[in-house]
Amino acid sequence: MSQNSKKLNMVQAINLALKEEMQRDSSVVILGEDVGRDGGVFRVTEDLLELFGDERVIDTPLAESVIVGAAIGMAAYGLKPVAEIQFMGFIYPTIDQIFSHASRIRNRTRGRFTCPMVVRTPYGVGIKAPDLHSESTEALFCHMPGVKVVVPSSPYNAKGLLISSIRDPDPVIFLESTRLYRLIKEDVPEGEYTVPLDKARIVQEGKDVTVIAWGSMLHRTLQAVEEFDAEVIDLMTLSPLDEETIFKSVKKTGRVVIVHEAPKTCGFGAELSATIAEDAMLYLKAPLIRVTGYDIVMPLPKLEDYYMPTVERIKKRIEEAMKY
Amino acid sequence: MPERIIESFNIKRLDILDENGNEDESLMPSLSDSEIKRIYELLILSRTFDHHALSLQREGRMGTYASILGQEASQIGSAFAIERSDWIFPSFREMGVYITMGYPIHMLFQYWSGDERGMKCPDDLNIFPLCVPVGTQVPHAVGAAMAVKYKKDKAAAICYFGDGGTSKGDFHEGFNMAGVFKLPVVFICQNNQWAISVPREKQTASKTLAQKAFAYGFEGIQVDGNDVFAVYKATKEALDKARDGNGPTFIECFTYRMSDHTTADDATRYRSKEEVEAWKARDPVPRLKLFMEGNGLWTGQYQKEVEEKSRDMIDEAVKMAESIEPQNPKDMFAYTYGKLTSRQLRQMRDF
Ligand SMILES: Cc1ncc(C[n+]2csc(CCOP(=O)(O)OP(=O)(O)O)c2C)c(N)n1
Ligand SMILES: [Mg+2]
Repeated sequence: MSQNSKKLNMVQAINLALKEEMQRDSSVVILGEDVGRDGGVFRVTEDLLELFGDERVIDTPLAESVIVGAAIGMAAYGLKPVAEIQFMGFIYPTIDQIFSHASRIRNRTRGRFTCPMVVRTPYGVGIKAPDLHSESTEALFCHMPGVKVVVPSSPYNAKGLLISSIRDPDPVIFLESTRLYRLIKEDVPEGEYTVPLDKARIVQEGKDVTVIAWGSMLHRTLQAVEEFDAEVIDLMTLSPLDEETIFKSVKKTGRVVIVHEAPKTCGFGAELSATIAEDAMLYLKAPLIRVTGYDIVMPLPKLEDYYMPTVERIKKRIEEAMKY
Repeated sequence: MPERIIESFNIKRLDILDENGNEDESLMPSLSDSEIKRIYELLILSRTFDHHALSLQREGRMGTYASILGQEASQIGSAFAIERSDWIFPSFREMGVYITMGYPIHMLFQYWSGDERGMKCPDDLNIFPLCVPVGTQVPHAVGAAMAVKYKKDKAAAICYFGDGGTSKGDFHEGFNMAGVFKLPVVFICQNNQWAISVPREKQTASKTLAQKAFAYGFEGIQVDGNDVFAVYKATKEALDKARDGNGPTFIECFTYRMSDHTTADDATRYRSKEEVEAWKARDPVPRLKLFMEGNGLWTGQYQKEVEEKSRDMIDEAVKMAESIEPQNPKDMFAYTYGKLTSRQLRQMRDF
């Protein structure tokens, strides 16, 4: 494909994905709090109201449950809603709608009604924000069959993954790291390209240890592996999980370190560890290692740097794996 | 059979003190001269706090902050009617309530700087922690009111939220239950006309917010939220009614958010300068000043003293907040449960 590329940050890349998909498909609509006139509190939907009008870029009343519940109705009827929840900490009122309905409509009606919608929400630690503005509870959604969970790590894959998510026939929770929003710029092609929802990405190849990360933690991980011959996997989509890419890598390296910023207990690392233990245990030379947030309530800004896995912590744990 | 009207409603609006400082004597609440002066001093103190908070944020000495500018009368007027035995359930924009209740000001700066210890409410006050998820505090106030009723205490719960909050399910579920059980709770909505970029008329098609109480079987009233006397009177009556076992009341304080939504917001993106200018004329502070001046309670000298004293108090509080020893990072674990778990103890070895 010979397309024009521009250096974009993640906010701009997601904005571009939305814009292009809306131009291509008139059934795509956006709804959420402050997504219209204000362009979203992170400006992800900037200019879209002007381009597409208030029937397609909908500033809703302040009520998350109805944002997602209405998206379900829209989706069943034939639209492709992209709902925005302003911060992941405010997605909890929608859990009833997501767990009780979005995830089950297809099953409940034997495929007669479906729910092709996307719920986008900023997640994660790192912008010194108030209470409940730093959540990373992706594992909750991975636990729910019928929902897909996508976590981009760069502007390029954010655009391609969002387009795939919008076109996907099932509900997708799309988690955007606030810390990454403006942290990195990279070449993002204009025009259509997709990144598939069931494929992990080998960011760098290596022989000694497989380090698995996603979203914001990928970047600290890449810094931490500099002195190792590490294979780094960026999952991108947590659910459905690309097991094959993981197994292949584990069989090669025999060592696994999993990095995530969510608390350890029942974090997605637990699922990965169990999956690897079940199907690739005999290839392991070292115990499975998880580098995670602690089992605590996410602290306010003064202590947030102590909460997140640091490059140092990741490095230390890779060294541990390498002792075997 | 002909169609009949089986129910209809009226919504009262209360105004006492106009923009020129003239009061409606027949409606004036009973407040002594010294109480009126105290209210004025709290308005100035809260405004000074707000001003300092905004500049500290700009200097990078404090985190994201939600300004109360313009809403002081709604906050001080209502809080002035609260007894220490009442329970308060704030949203995140009630610094004037905290200050009126005597919450240590340095702790407010501490909290907004991102230090949890600032929300450890002193034992002689019952202010629930500042509530970030919009509207979710409404059911808590309802529950506290149920407990008050169960224990036959002479107290009330008082709950603050914004116009945006009235769209949340929590608001409707809480109101419904308060009505069903006739609970001792007072709901105060500061209708500041905006929920970030969403104007009040896009939040609900109802003509007033006050009328929403009607659907749940109790009284709703709209008051001029920039009129400290009207807010005080309505709140005092509602609290007395609640404590006497006569059920809930909803007070819509009609006011305006003069600042950006928070320091992370830019309100010029979505509202006009003219609108903001028009509301400046309705500022709650000058009208009380004019009233006091007319009644011999205000002089230029007094103003100077009040401002100086407020500045000193706030400076002192900032100094105190900034000289508090930093939290031990291990404190992150301390309050997850009553007792540390064995897993947490292992995780703490990282430090
Ligand atoms: C459940 C929830 N959704 C979204 C937000 C983000 N947010 C913070 S304040 C706000 C608007 C609140 O408006 P309103 O209730 O009128 O209170 P105001 O800010 O005007 O005091 C929004 C959308 C939040 N804190 N909680
Ligand atoms: Mg408001």
